[in-house]
Amino acid sequence: MDALVNKRIKQVLKGDKDAFAEIVDLYQHRLFQVCYRMLGNRHEAEDISQEAFVRAFINIHTFDQKRKFSTWLYRIATNLCIDRIRKKKPDLYLDAEVKGTEGLDMYSQIAAAEELPEEELIKLELQDRIQYEISRLPDKYRSAIVLKYMEELSLQEISEILELPLGTVKTRIHRGREALRKQLSKQPNF
Amino acid sequence: MNACPERIVHFMHEYLDGEISREHELELKSHLQLCVDCQKHMHELSDVVAFIKGAARIEAPNDFTHSVMARLPKEKSHAGVSRWLRHHPVLTAAALFFLFMSSALFTNFNDEQQFSFTKQANVIVEGETVIVPEGQVVKGDLVVKNGNVRIDGELDGNLTIINGSKYMASTAVITGKTEEINKVFDWLWFQIKDGAKEVMSFFDKEESK
Repeated sequence: MDALVNKRIKQVLKGDKDAFAEIVDLYQHRLFQVCYRMLGNRHEAEDISQEAFVRAFINIHTFDQKRKFSTWLYRIATNLCIDRIRKKKPDLYLDAEVKGTEGLDMYSQIAAAEELPEEELIKLELQDRIQYEISRLPDKYRSAIVLKYMEELSLQEISEILELPLGTVKTRIHRGREALRKQLSKQPNF
Repeated sequence: MNACPERIVHFMHEYLDGEISREHELELKSHLQLCVDCQKHMHELSDVVAFIKGAARIEAPNDFTHSVMARLPKEKSHAGVSRWLRHHPVLTAAALFFLFMSSALFTNFNDEQQFSFTKQANVIVEGETVIVPEGQVVKGDLVVKNGNVRIDGELDGNLTIINGSKYMASTAVITGKTEEINKVFDWLWFQIKDGAKEVMSFFDKEESK
């Protein structure tokens, strides 16, 4: 696949914009999934993952073709997600005041909430519950956990994507797992 | 559980990362058989992994690729040029060199709009016309810039006119070569020849010494 991707990249570099569509096709689900897990709602995930592809297109001449394209792409996407999360934080409290905001779906409401009461938690379906627990992780641990368990990447790849030493990635995954353990053990229902 | 060594929890994570060594695994297993709290801890961590792995695959919306393509910046017409420049650095450097060189020459050509000529005895100047009077012999080369030349008498040497024209009377005699330079490229050629000539004459002088 890498050979095919590199061929398409060369075409894009020569000015064949349409060759990029094939690259998007290949990676769209993976990139969208990371963004969705990081951000917690489809609307934002769509915006950020599209933005990641646009940035990749603009900066494609900086990509070193000896390296793995997916790593580079994941790095752009995770950085955009973390930027978005950090920018969003101050507004969260403002948004929390407004009830019944239109356009915000369940997930964004969940992500905005600090902690749901137990009776609400029980009502959540498993998939919503998983997303809720992930969204409660600090973003440092969240990115490592998402890349490891949702994208099923190796620790080495995660360290390249996040541009962190391998040891730091391991620590974040360990702490992420411990944080999830504490979150889940508090809920007797689980 | 407080009594348990901290490394046990560390071994649990090594185990979950699939990176545990044989010795660590043995130590972890024998510890878990003895310690209920650590068993519970290990169990909970395994549950966390199972829980998180239970997340459904998320797929991008159907029109995703189309939306991305619509968001790509329109390629500007000069993007092709800049790409070409990026791929051919040597040619780019050469092109830049010629650009600066030629611009320097052009500015010279346009700047030197002043009327000037080689001072020679018995030459008359009327306005911007240099006249070699009738019956007179001017010895030496004559160069006139941005002016005209009228030759009624005799010129014993070369005549060069830059940006001007010459009028020859029937009595006119020029023993040397006559050259009229009115175009930029002629000017360029003249500069080169002039430079070469000066170099040559310099060597000639050296040799004659």
